[in-house]
Order: sequence, then C-alpha cells, then structure tokens
Amino acid sequence: MILFAEQILNGLQLGITLFLMSAGLTLVFGIMKVINLAHGSFYMIGAYVGATVTAASGSFLAGILAALGAAGISGMVVELIVLRELYQRDHLDQVLATFGLIFFFNELTRIIWGKQPLFMDVPTWLQGNIEIMAGLVYPVYRLFVIGVGCLTALLLWFLFSRTRLGMQIRAGASNRRMVSALGVNIKLLYTLVFGLGTLLAGLAGVMAGPIFAVESGMGESILILTFVVIVIGGIGSVKGAVIGALLVGLVDTLGRAFLPQLFRLFLSSSVADGVGASLASMSIYILMAAVLILRPKGLFPSHD
Amino acid sequence: MKRLMMLVLATAILGLALGASAEPVKIGMITTLSTTAAYLGEDIRDGFQLAVDQEGGRLGGVDVELLVEDDGAKPEKANQIAERYMKKDGVKIMTGIVFSNVAIAVVPKVVRDGVVYLSANAGPSQLAGKGCNENYFSVSYQNDNIDEVVGQYVNDSAHQNVYLIAPNYPAGKDHLAGFKRYFKKEIKAEVYTKLGQSDYAAEIAAIRAAKPDAVFFFLPGGMGVSFIKQYAQAGLNEEIPLYGPAFSFDERLLAAVGPVALGVKNGSQWSHDLDNPANRQFVAAYREKYGRTPTLYASQGYDTARLIGSALKVVNGNLEDLAAFKAALRKADFESVRGNFSFGSNQHPVQDLYIREVVKTDDGNYTNKTIQKVFTNHVDAYAAECKM
Repeated sequence: MILFAEQILNGLQLGITLFLMSAGLTLVFGIMKVINLAHGSFYMIGAYVGATVTAASGSFLAGILAALGAAGISGMVVELIVLRELYQRDHLDQVLATFGLIFFFNELTRIIWGKQPLFMDVPTWLQGNIEIMAGLVYPVYRLFVIGVGCLTALLLWFLFSRTRLGMQIRAGASNRRMVSALGVNIKLLYTLVFGLGTLLAGLAGVMAGPIFAVESGMGESILILTFVVIVIGGIGSVKGAVIGALLVGLVDTLGRAFLPQLFRLFLSSSVADGVGASLASMSIYILMAAVLILRPKGLFPSHD
Repeated sequence: MKRLMMLVLATAILGLALGASAEPVKIGMITTLSTTAAYLGEDIRDGFQLAVDQEGGRLGGVDVELLVEDDGAKPEKANQIAERYMKKDGVKIMTGIVFSNVAIAVVPKVVRDGVVYLSANAGPSQLAGKGCNENYFSVSYQNDNIDEVVGQYVNDSAHQNVYLIAPNYPAGKDHLAGFKRYFKKEIKAEVYTKLGQSDYAAEIAAIRAAKPDAVFFFLPGGMGVSFIKQYAQAGLNEEIPLYGPAFSFDERLLAAVGPVALGVKNGSQWSHDLDNPANRQFVAAYREKYGRTPTLYASQGYDTARLIGSALKVVNGNLEDLAAFKAALRKADFESVRGNFSFGSNQHPVQDLYIREVVKTDDGNYTNKTIQKVFTNHVDAYAAECKM
C-alpha cells in the first residue's frame, strides 16, 4: 500500500515534468500552428544554463532564473530568425527546419560545454527525504518539482483567462487577421507566445537537471513523451496538456512498477519480468492508441 | 659500361626499397566522436595519439600515420569508413570501435579481407567465441569480464542476495549474465528497463520495498548518471550498497555524478592508480598533455598503440608478411599499463581484474581508488568455444 502511494507520487512527479514541456509545445502548435520539433532543445538549454549558473553562483534560484531567461530569449530569437519565414509554408517545411535546429543545438552544447555530461546536484536546502506518512519517505526535491509544476499551471490559467495578454493570445489563435485588423501587433504576440513556450521548456529542463543526466541530446527522449502527451490531451489545449501529462506519467510509472508483478501471478518470474518490462515500455503508446480510437482529436480538443 | 649500368640499377632498386620503407604505416581508427558517447572515442584517440607522439610520430621505431574517422555510433557509417580505409588508403591495421553492435557489423568483414583489427574497447561475446578470427585481437577485454569481477567480489562479500537492473536490450542481458556467472547466491530480482530511460523513480521505489542486500546495475552513459543521482537522492546509497561495471564510473563521468557516486564499488581491468612503471609514466604524460586524468578508454587506446608498436618493431614496419606481424602481436611483448597482460587462445586478454571504489580527492574531485585484485590472469568464458 505504501509502495503504491509512493509510485503514485512518482507518477505525478513525472507527469508534472511532462506538463511543463507539453504546455509550451501545445501552446505553440495550437496558437501558431507550428510544429516545433526543437522544443526539446530548449529543455536542454534550460538544463545546461541552469547547471552552469548554479555551479558558478552557488544559488539554485539564480540557476532557475538564468535558465528561464536563456530558454525564453533563445526561443524568441529562433522565432524571429527561423520560424517567421515558415508560417505560410506547410508543416513539412516546419518539421524539417526545426529538426535541423535539434542538430544545431546539440552540436552547439558540445562545442560550448564539452562532450561529457555536466554535473548538477540538488541544492542543499532541498536535499534529503521527508516522511509524508508512516513508512512513506519521499525526496524533498521531487515534492518541490510537483509544487513548482502546480504553481506554473495556476499561473498559466491566470494568464490566459484573466489578463489582457491572454485574451489577445486566445483571439489570435481563433482569427489571426481579425485580431491584427483590430490593432494588435500579432507578430510581436507570436514571438511572445513562442518565448513563453520555450521558457516553460527551459523550466522543465532546469528542474530535471538535478535528477537526470545533463547531456547533449537529452531533449529528444523527453520530446517523444511530450508529443504523446499533447496527442492524448488534444493539440492546442493547455487543460489537455495537464490531464494528458498526468495520465502519461501515471500510466508509465505504474506500468513499470507493477506490470512485472502482475504477470508473476501466472507466469514464471523470469518470463514475467521480460514480458512485464516490454509491455511497460509500450503502455503509454497503447494508451495513446486507445484515446485516438475513442476521441480522434484527443481528450480536450481546442478547436472544433 | 655494363658494370656501371648494374651499379645504377642497384642504386635505383635500393632507392626504391628505401622509399618504400620510409612510407609510413597507415593505421585506420574508426571511433565515436559525436553523439553523447563522443568522449569515449575522444579518449581512445587521445590515448593512442599519446603513444605515437611519445615516439615522435613512430610506433616501435616505424613511422605511422593515424587516420581517424567518426562513426557516429552507427554500424552502417562505420562500414563505409572501413571500406574507404581498405580501398582508398590501403590500410592493413584498424582499431578504435567503441560499441559492440558496431564492432559486430564491421569486424568480421574487415578481418576476412585481410585486415588486422585490434579492439580498443568493444569486446562482444560473438567475436570471442565461435566468431573468433586470427586477424582479430581484443586489447581491451571481453565485455563480460568487467561484470564477472563484480559478481565474484559480491559473492565473496557478506551480501546474501542482490537486485539486478539493466536496460532491455542484448548488451543489458549479456552484462547481467556476466555478473551471474560468478555470483552464486540469491538473485532477488532481475529488472530490465527501457533503453534510454531517464526517470528511475519507480524502479528505485521497488528496490526500497524489496530490501536487497546489494544492487548491481549496468546502465551505460546518461542512463547511469540519472540512476546514480536518483538512487542517492532517495537516500538508498546510505542503506543498500551499489555495484556496477567501470563504465558508469570513468573519470569523466565522475565529474557529472560526483558526490552521489561516492563509495560505489565498480569492476575494471585498469585504474589510474595501478602501481607499475608503465602506468605511472602513462598517467603523468596523459595529464600533462591533455590536462585531465585518463579514463580506462584512454588506457586501452594507449595499450593498443604500444602493442602495435611492439609488433611493428619485430617486422620492421613490413606488413607484407602479415603472419609474422600477427605472430608478433600474439606475443604481446610490450609494457602494458595494466601490468600483467597476455593473449589467450582466442586472442583476448588474459589479465588481472580489480574492484575500485569512488573516493574524494584532496582537491575536491572524485576519482577511483583500487581496493582489491579479484582475478589474476583471468580468462574469458568464451575462449573454449574458439576454434582457431
């Protein structure tokens, strides 16, 4: 029972990290209709800059701020230089260009930071474990990640439904020409939205830094999961991203944790371990397929 | 007049012969210099280059030319490079491949075409047993060696059971098999994870619940970095000791895991603190030239170069008689930085294997300290299957 509760927390934590990634991606796609394969690169930039600044200044908060700034600014620069040319083109051109950006950024990090992974540890004030309930000890840092993710979700909700900027973004998503005829600088708005998306990816990256290996190409492995999340959640919907991310996080974690045990009930242990492990790595894709069969546009489609 | 003609002819022939021997011996290195594993290839190359530079561009007194190409860890790309080395450059000696899957794709083909291949890292079982070849030498190890030594060490310790974890792909299963070959006590569980996984929270929670005496893991590259970090963050490194092969604890990865790897014991055929003259000299020269402590990959590159040098010296740089060159290689008549080194019947190393522990140095860095020699003159498990 305690193990189950712990695994639920692990699933939540993975889900929250995925949410930070997918919120940015789904925003950019939903509002700007751009498929950004290089989203993982901004996650990597966040992690690298966060690790470097944390190590140099000794302050994790400074690291987070620097990571947010670096990811947001580099995102806006990419939007200005690369994507602005591509809005009128079809998705294939966008995919090719952003795919090229992945290579560009991977090689750039190797040139700047060298070939081996960077070191980033949990800051001292977040180290250690706390006992949430009898027998259930959980790393403080992972709870912190969950907290930061929830706070970000609240802020995003506030931004979109309670501010003028959010209103303009939503309006720009449904009718770009009308909004610009009303005197809103839609180009600037797109740059800001893209910057916000990459900033969220940078946040995910810096939060992941102390847990995962900070290495060139780290964005790609999480990018696949992120795409699964936005397909499940419904492309363009932040609410869908929240639900999709939590679903994927929980299904993936619980699958890895309990499927082998489940199979042990009726198979020999070595066979059960093999089958369970294989099925666990498939579980989220099975989930995605099931969602697509029942709701082809995802759980919360943003436009109909 | 006739006599003069003869003299001119003789001089010309002599000149030709001299010219031929002045042509440097080409050594083709196919290694991984991009992707996240780039530093492995970089260290093999740098170790090899150091040996060449120490002799002023020669190995065993013979001029050599080192060709280096990046395979991007891709078998098909490595095959293209090998093809080019053979056809265009006329290379007779190759080395450098980092990954076993790449080696399996390239080595059988090149050795069939009369190239001598010396492995400076990958040592897949397929090439050690039935697939052995007299043109193939492994200077590094047979892959399982590095796990077998840990298996024996844990078996001899007070631990009664162990929890195994590796990625779900052929090499993952091979490495755990190597461990199990010498660990005869209880296997608490054998867990296979997704290749390239970065979040191990679920597996770590399961380990905590299973309460094993020890954990053995094979998770190369970034997977290992993530696992070790999360294992320590969960506080398990205080309760359940962690063991692994050397791959997650080379001197460059330790910079990325640092304090969280402190105290972890790992198996290796070499360590920078092995006390023999060749090694002391190598470590000091490598540090001076590259400004970092060599990894085991660098030591393997260095040994490969020096082994080639010892054989080139015997045949005086003449590779026309490949059999004589191979016979000289088989003698392994060089000062290995590992101390003991000879070749077994399948031309894989017969060598000592050690357990090392990650310690903190006085200047605040993390490094390996050799704590015990577990095997002396260890022969790999596949040698008997090799019919050569």
